[in-house]
Amino acid sequence: MAGIATLMATLVLGVVLGLVLRRRDGRMRVVEHAPVTSGDLGADLGERATLVQFSTAFCQPCRATRRILGEVAGMVPGVRHVEIDAESRLDLVRRFDVLRTPTVLVLDGAGNVVKRASGQPRKADVIVALGAAVDGASHGPSQPSDKV
Amino acid sequence: MQIDPRGPRFGAAVTSVVLAVVLVTQNPWLLAAQAIVFALGAADASPYGLVFRRFVRPRLGPPAETEDAAPPRFAQAVGLGFAMVGLIGFAAGITALALGATAAALLAAFLNAAFGFCLGCETYLLIRRLQPGRIQ
Repeated sequence: MAGIATLMATLVLGVVLGLVLRRRDGRMRVVEHAPVTSGDLGADLGERATLVQFSTAFCQPCRATRRILGEVAGMVPGVRHVEIDAESRLDLVRRFDVLRTPTVLVLDGAGNVVKRASGQPRKADVIVALGAAVDGASHGPSQPSDKV
Repeated sequence: MQIDPRGPRFGAAVTSVVLAVVLVTQNPWLLAAQAIVFALGAADASPYGLVFRRFVRPRLGPPAETEDAAPPRFAQAVGLGFAMVGLIGFAAGITALALGATAAALLAAFLNAAFGFCLGCETYLLIRRLQPGRIQ
């Protein structure tokens, strides 16, 4: 009896969790983080924007994410894709509270974190987030009200 | 190594059914058998994978894309961990532990089978985060 109840509860939890994950996976969210420097990343920032991807060796969607971000960075001038091995940069993982891979941070030209996504983002969402990053940077710090 | 991603998903579906039967029957031998399957899967020799390649794959078209073999293999090792805890629960007569650990493994297998989401893979970074920091 306890076994059947456990089975039912597990399946219900699985369906709910699966639907929530499917909905939230890869969604670009607005976040508050301190600005990131090239020294932090150990890589140059893009002139206009940087797509920072946290990956691990045991991450299924990281490869597809790498492809998407690489394509977008190749498409838009002044945008760089920087992939970080989460395991060897636990300092950054803790600083940005990365719980899952891939986690993607979208930085503007000044290194401000404009958007963030956990899970594989869709290409269209990356392009929209990038638009926000490039716009925000071009207005400069004199108009901070422009930022969402 | 690159593999057909439908292989691990097929394996997860079979695993889900087996673990569901373990919960209902509370049969430790069936869980022990699944633990052996997890161990073989972690060593890249999953019998479910063999069934997939021998009987299922030939009936399907080629995969849209391949994926790395390491993440699902790691997830099998995580599954083995939960199966071992479940077996300890059965052996010690702690039914709640046995059912809880089996349910956790079932949840991961079900999410993989139904949604293609690898819960076991996600534990990797969480485990590494618990360890002391190391800078490049």
